[in-house]
Amino acid sequence: MREWIRSGSPWVWLNAGAVSVCLVMVLGLLLLIAVRGLGHFWPSNIVQLHHLEEDGSAERLIGEFVDHEKIPREGVAGLSESLPSKAHLIDRYLLKIGNRDLFGRDFRWIVGPSILNSEYPKHLTAVERHEWGNLYGYLIALKERGEVIHSDQPNWDVLQERLARKQGLFKEIRHLEKDVVGAINYRMERLRLKERGLELDGVLDRAAYRNIEVERTDLQGEYDQLTKRLADLYDAIGRDGAVFEIADGREVEIPISKIVRVYQPNRMDPLEKLRFYGVKLWEFVSDEPREANTEGGILPAIFGTALMVMIMSVFVTPFGVVAAVYLREYAKQGPLTRLIRIAVNNLAGVPSVVYGVFGLGFFVYVLGGSIDQLFFREALPGPTFGTPGLMWASLTLAILTVPVVIVATEEGLSRIPRAIREGSLALGATKAETLWRTVLPMTAPAMMTGLILAVARAAGEVAPLMLVGVVKLAPSLAMDGNFPYLHLDRKFMHLGFHIYDVGFQSPNVEAARPLVYATALLLVLLIIVLNLAAIHIRNRLREKYNAAE
Amino acid sequence: MARAITPRETVLPRYHDPAAVRHRQWRRLKDLVTEKCVALGGISVIIAIVLIFFYLIYVVVPLFKPATMERVADYPAPGNAASDTLHIAIEEQNEIGLSITSDARAVFFRTKDGSVIQEVPLSIARDAFISAISAGDLAHAAIALGLSNGRLILLRHVYDISHPNDIRVITPRLEYPLGDKPIPIDATGRSLMTLAAQSNDEETTVVALTGDRRLVIVNFALEGSLLEDKVSVERGISELPVPATAVTRIALNMDQRELYLASGDGFISYYDITNKSAPRLIQRIKAVPDGTDITVLRFLSGGISLLVGDSRGTVTQWFPVRDENNNYTLQRIRTFTALEAPITGITPEYYRKGFAAIDQKGRVAIYHTTAERTLRVEQAAADPLIRVALSPRANGMLLVDAEDKYQFWHIRNPHPEVSWNALWGKVWYESRTEPEYIWQSSSASNTFEPKFSLTPLTFGTVKAAFYAMLFAIPLAILGAIYTAYFMAPRMRAAVKPTIEIMEALPTVILGFLAGLWLAPIVESHLPGIFCLLLLLPVSIVTAAFLWSRLPADIRHGVPDGWEAALLIPVVCLTGVVAIAISQPIESLFFNGNMPQWLNDRLGISYDQRNSLVVGFAMGFAVIPNIFSISEDAIFGVPKHLTIGSLALGATPWQTVVGVVLLTASPGIFSAVMIGLGRAVGETMIVLMATGNTPVIDFNIFAGFRALSANIAVEMPETEVNSTHYRILFLAALVLFIVTFMFNTIAEIVRQRLRAKYSSL
Repeated sequence: MREWIRSGSPWVWLNAGAVSVCLVMVLGLLLLIAVRGLGHFWPSNIVQLHHLEEDGSAERLIGEFVDHEKIPREGVAGLSESLPSKAHLIDRYLLKIGNRDLFGRDFRWIVGPSILNSEYPKHLTAVERHEWGNLYGYLIALKERGEVIHSDQPNWDVLQERLARKQGLFKEIRHLEKDVVGAINYRMERLRLKERGLELDGVLDRAAYRNIEVERTDLQGEYDQLTKRLADLYDAIGRDGAVFEIADGREVEIPISKIVRVYQPNRMDPLEKLRFYGVKLWEFVSDEPREANTEGGILPAIFGTALMVMIMSVFVTPFGVVAAVYLREYAKQGPLTRLIRIAVNNLAGVPSVVYGVFGLGFFVYVLGGSIDQLFFREALPGPTFGTPGLMWASLTLAILTVPVVIVATEEGLSRIPRAIREGSLALGATKAETLWRTVLPMTAPAMMTGLILAVARAAGEVAPLMLVGVVKLAPSLAMDGNFPYLHLDRKFMHLGFHIYDVGFQSPNVEAARPLVYATALLLVLLIIVLNLAAIHIRNRLREKYNAAE
Repeated sequence: MARAITPRETVLPRYHDPAAVRHRQWRRLKDLVTEKCVALGGISVIIAIVLIFFYLIYVVVPLFKPATMERVADYPAPGNAASDTLHIAIEEQNEIGLSITSDARAVFFRTKDGSVIQEVPLSIARDAFISAISAGDLAHAAIALGLSNGRLILLRHVYDISHPNDIRVITPRLEYPLGDKPIPIDATGRSLMTLAAQSNDEETTVVALTGDRRLVIVNFALEGSLLEDKVSVERGISELPVPATAVTRIALNMDQRELYLASGDGFISYYDITNKSAPRLIQRIKAVPDGTDITVLRFLSGGISLLVGDSRGTVTQWFPVRDENNNYTLQRIRTFTALEAPITGITPEYYRKGFAAIDQKGRVAIYHTTAERTLRVEQAAADPLIRVALSPRANGMLLVDAEDKYQFWHIRNPHPEVSWNALWGKVWYESRTEPEYIWQSSSASNTFEPKFSLTPLTFGTVKAAFYAMLFAIPLAILGAIYTAYFMAPRMRAAVKPTIEIMEALPTVILGFLAGLWLAPIVESHLPGIFCLLLLLPVSIVTAAFLWSRLPADIRHGVPDGWEAALLIPVVCLTGVVAIAISQPIESLFFNGNMPQWLNDRLGISYDQRNSLVVGFAMGFAVIPNIFSISEDAIFGVPKHLTIGSLALGATPWQTVVGVVLLTASPGIFSAVMIGLGRAVGETMIVLMATGNTPVIDFNIFAGFRALSANIAVEMPETEVNSTHYRILFLAALVLFIVTFMFNTIAEIVRQRLRAKYSSL
C-alpha cells in the first residue's frame, strides 16, 4: 500500500477524477435540461385523490403530479399526529391542480400520508385554455347560445367538432387582427408621419394634405369594414360553451372560444400520447407565447434570435475577414502589429456587458439620436432609431464577435503553406490575385469556423442585448408584410433573454419553469450543433494542411 | 518527342503589345486598389474596436471635471440704488431675479441686464424698517422680514409660467401666507434683531431675538381647507431662556422641530422644539476654535445638515447623529477650507447636497458636501461679497458685493457628487450613524440623496470570482494535467470537444439552472453538498486503491489512460450517496434544517441564492477556459524533457511534478488569469444566481451584487448623461480595464512560454 502511494498513483487517479467530475457535470447538465425540457410536453395522467385537510375533512383534488421529494417529518408544519404513517421521512408531492381562475393558485404541495385514496378515472379531462392555464374536470354538458345541446353523439365527440370549428374561426380572427388590421394601422401611422413631415418642411400646398386625407378616409373605411367582419366572427366564435365539473364539485361553463384543446390523457394509449406529444412540441416551436410567456410557443424568440444573428453575420464576416487579411497579409509585421494582435485577442475576453454599455451609449444614443435628427424628424420626439432595437443589437454583437472571426481567419491564413503563396507569385500573379484566387478560397473553411463560433456566441449572449434592444414581448415581428418588410428599428425577442425573463421575472414561476427548460434545451442544442460544426470544420482543415505540408 | 516552342508560337501576347500593357496596368491597378481597400478596412475595424475604450473614457471623464462658471452680466442694483440689498433670489429658468431692499421694496428684475420688471412696496409702518431677514427652505421659497417694531412680514415669491403663442412667459408675484400686513411677533414691540423662520402648508414657525435679548418662538398653525381659501391662523408663543452669551445666529430646520443657536463664544446650542411651548436643550458644543466667530449658519438642502461658516473662511458641515441609545448628538462631519477670509454668506443648492459660499475678499466657492469636493473657487469682486443666491437648477448664481453691485453668473456643474472618495471610500451620509460604503442609486422619495459607492459592487465581483476560482482551479488544472499527460489519445479526442462545448454553453442557462434548480437543492441538501466535496477525493482514491488490488487480467483489460472513464460511475455514485445521507445528517446534527441551524446557532444568515451557488455555477463557466489553456501548455512541454526524466528513473507522477508542471507553470498561470478575467466580467450568472443586494458580507451563504449585474439591472433605467449613467459607464470601464489587464498579462506570459518551448 505504501508503495502504491509512493508511486504517485493516487495523485494520477485524483487527476483522472477531476476529469470525470467535469465530464459528469457537463453531461449531467445536458441530461437535466433535456429531460426537464422534453418531459414537459408529455401528457401525464390526471389523478383524482381525496386528501385529508388540516381540519380533518376530506377534500377531492384533481391534477397532475409534477414533483416529488422526501422531507423530514419536522419540516411539515401542522402535520397532525393522527396520520397513519409514523415514518421519519415522508413523501411530499407537488400537484398541479390548475383552475387558477377558480382556486386562486394552480400548484399545491401535499404530503403523502394525508392522501386517503387516489385513482385515474378515464373521463377526467384536461382543458388547455387561452387564459388562466389548464382546467381539470369532467365534461358534463355542452351549450349553444346558453342552451344545453342534446345530441345522440357523445358529448366528447361533439366538443371536438365544435372545437375544430372554433379553431378555424380563431385562425381567421387572428389573421385579420394581426396581419390585416396591423397593416392598416401601420399605413395610418405612416400617413401621420408623412403629414407631420410636410408640416415640418413648411409645405403649404393644400393638395398634398388633401391627398393624405383621402387616403386616410379610404383606410378608415377599410378599417370599419374589418371591424364589422371581426364583430361577426367574434359573435360566431362565442356561440358554444362547455360545462365542466371541477374538483370541488362546482359546475363551470367555459366558452369554447377560450379553449385551445381538450384531452383525456388517462384514456390515451402510448401511441396517442406520442402523437399528442408531437403536436405540443410543434406548437412550442411554431406558435406565439400566451399568458405572459408562460404557455404557448416561442416562435417570436426563435425568429428574433435568428434574424439578429443573420444581420450580425452580414456585418461581422466582411469586416472580420478584411481586418484579418490586413493584419496577416498587408500590415508590416512588427511590434505594433503584435500589439494589435494581442489587443484583438484580448477583446474577445472583455465582458459582454461592457459591449452592451458601449452599444447603448454610442450606437443607440449617439448614432441613433443623430439618425433620428437627420432622417426621422417627423417622428420626434418619439425615437425611431434613437432607442434600443434590432439594428443596434446586431451591431453591438458584431463588435462583440468580430475578434472571434479575426482570430479564426488569421489562424487559417497562417496555416496556408508558404509554398502555395510563393508558387502563385512566381507564376506572375499579383498579390491581390494570389489572395483572391489562392489564399482566400483555401481559408474559406477557417472563416466559416470563425463565423460559426461568432454566431454561437451571439446566440447565447444576453447581457448586452438587455441594454440594446431585447424585450420580453415584442408586439410585432421585425419582419412582416409591410414595406420596408425588414424593420431594423423594432425591438425583438431572444431565446436567451426569454429564459431570463420567464424564469426570473414571471409572476408564476412554477408554471413557467418547464417552458424555460424547453427553451434552454432548444438554445443549448442550437449552440452545440453550431460548435460541433465549427470543431468539425476546423479539424478537417488542420488535417488537410498538415497533409499539404 | 516534345517540340521546341518557338517565340512566334507562344500563347502569351508579346510584352509590349498594347493590349498586354493595358492588361498589366489594369492588374497593377487592381492590386493597388485591393491593398488600399484592405488596409483601410482593416485599420478602420481595428479603430472601431479600440473606439470602445475611448468612448467609455469620453463618457466617464466629465464626472471628474471641476465646475466651470462664467460671469454673464454685471450691473448696479436694479431700481432705486439709494438702498442696500438685504436678500436676493433667482427663479428656476434663470431669467428673473428678486431683491429685497432695505427701504422695504421687493424688486423683480431681469438677470441678464438688471432691468426692473416689477417693484412691490412692502406695507410696513412709516417709522419701522427691516431689521432682520431670513429665508426659509428652498422648496417653499418663504422669506421672513423682521421689523424694528417687533413685527414680521412673511412672503413667498412665486413664478407663473404661461405659453402664449408658444413663447414662454414668466410672471413673478408675491404671496403672503400670513397676510400682507405685518403681524406682531414681540408683544413688547422691540426690534427683531436676528431671525429664523420656516413656513410650509401646515404651519409657520418664527424664532427671533429681540432688541432686549429675549428669544421668542412663535408658531402659526394654518387651519381650514385650502379649497375654500379660508385660512385661520392660530398662534402659540413661548420664550426661550437665552444662553449666557449673546446669540448671534439662529437656524431653524425645515420641519420646524430643531433649532440651532450660535453664540459669540463659538458655541452652537442644539434645541428640540417639537413642543413649541417647552423647548428642550439637547447639546451645547464648541463649533469653532477660540478667537474665531461663527459668521453664517445655514441648512443644506433637505434640512438635516447645518453649514457653519466662520471668520477664518472655513465652512463646516454638522448633523445630528444617533447613538445606540437613540440619543442624537450634533457632530462635525466635514470641513471645507478653500476660502481664507471671513465667510459672509452661504447658499445651498435646491436639489443636491452642494452649496456656494462667499467671503470678505470677494471670492466665491462652490462645494459639494458628501463628495467633499471644492468644485470651483473664483475671485468675483475686489470688494467683499455680501449676498449670494443660486438658482433651483444650480446653473445660475447672483452675487452682490459691498458696493451694491450685482453680478450674474452661469455655472456648469453637472456632476458635483462624484469624487474618488465618494466612489471608493466610506462616506458619512446624513441620518447615518457612521461612514459607510453604500450603493443606492434610486429611491421613491424626493429628498433622497443617491449613494454611489462602487466598493460594495466591486466587493461582490471579487467575492463571486473568488468562490468561482476556488471551485474551478483545482478541477480544471488537475483535469488538464491528466488529459494532457496521462489520457489515452482516443479518449482525449472525445474529452476536448466536450470541454469546448462546456465553454460555449450560454451563461444565461447556467444562471437559470443555478438560480432555479441548484439553489433550492443546495438549500435543502446543504450537509450533502459539503459531504460531496469531502467524499469525492476520498472515494476516488479508495476506488483507485481497490482497482490496484484487482487481479491483473481484469486490470489489463482496461488500457492505460482510461482511468477517468472508470471513475465516472464512482463519481456518480458518490453524488447519489452524498445526497442520500444529507437528510439523516441534517436530522442528526442540525435539527433537520441546516440553514436554520446556522442562523440560530452561529448567527450566519442564509440566502437561498448565495455565493456558494454562484461559486458552483461560475466555476462551471470558467473551468473550460482554464482547462483548455493549461492543457495546451502542459501538452506542449517538449517530449524529450519528460522522456529524459522517466529514463533517469522518476515515476510518471514525479515527472509531472518536477518537470512538466515546472515547465508549464507560466501557461497555467496565464490560464488562471484568463479564467479570472472571465469570472470578473460574467453577468448573467451573478445576476440570476444571487439576490443582488449590494452588501459587503464575507459570509459564503450571503448574496451580493456584482458590478456587471449592476450595470445590466440599472443601465436601461438611467437618464442619459446623468451622474448615475456616467457612473455605470465608469463601472463598465473598470471591468474593461481589469479584464483587459488580466488577459494581456496572460497573453504575454503565454507568448514567452511559446518562445521558450521552441528554444528547448
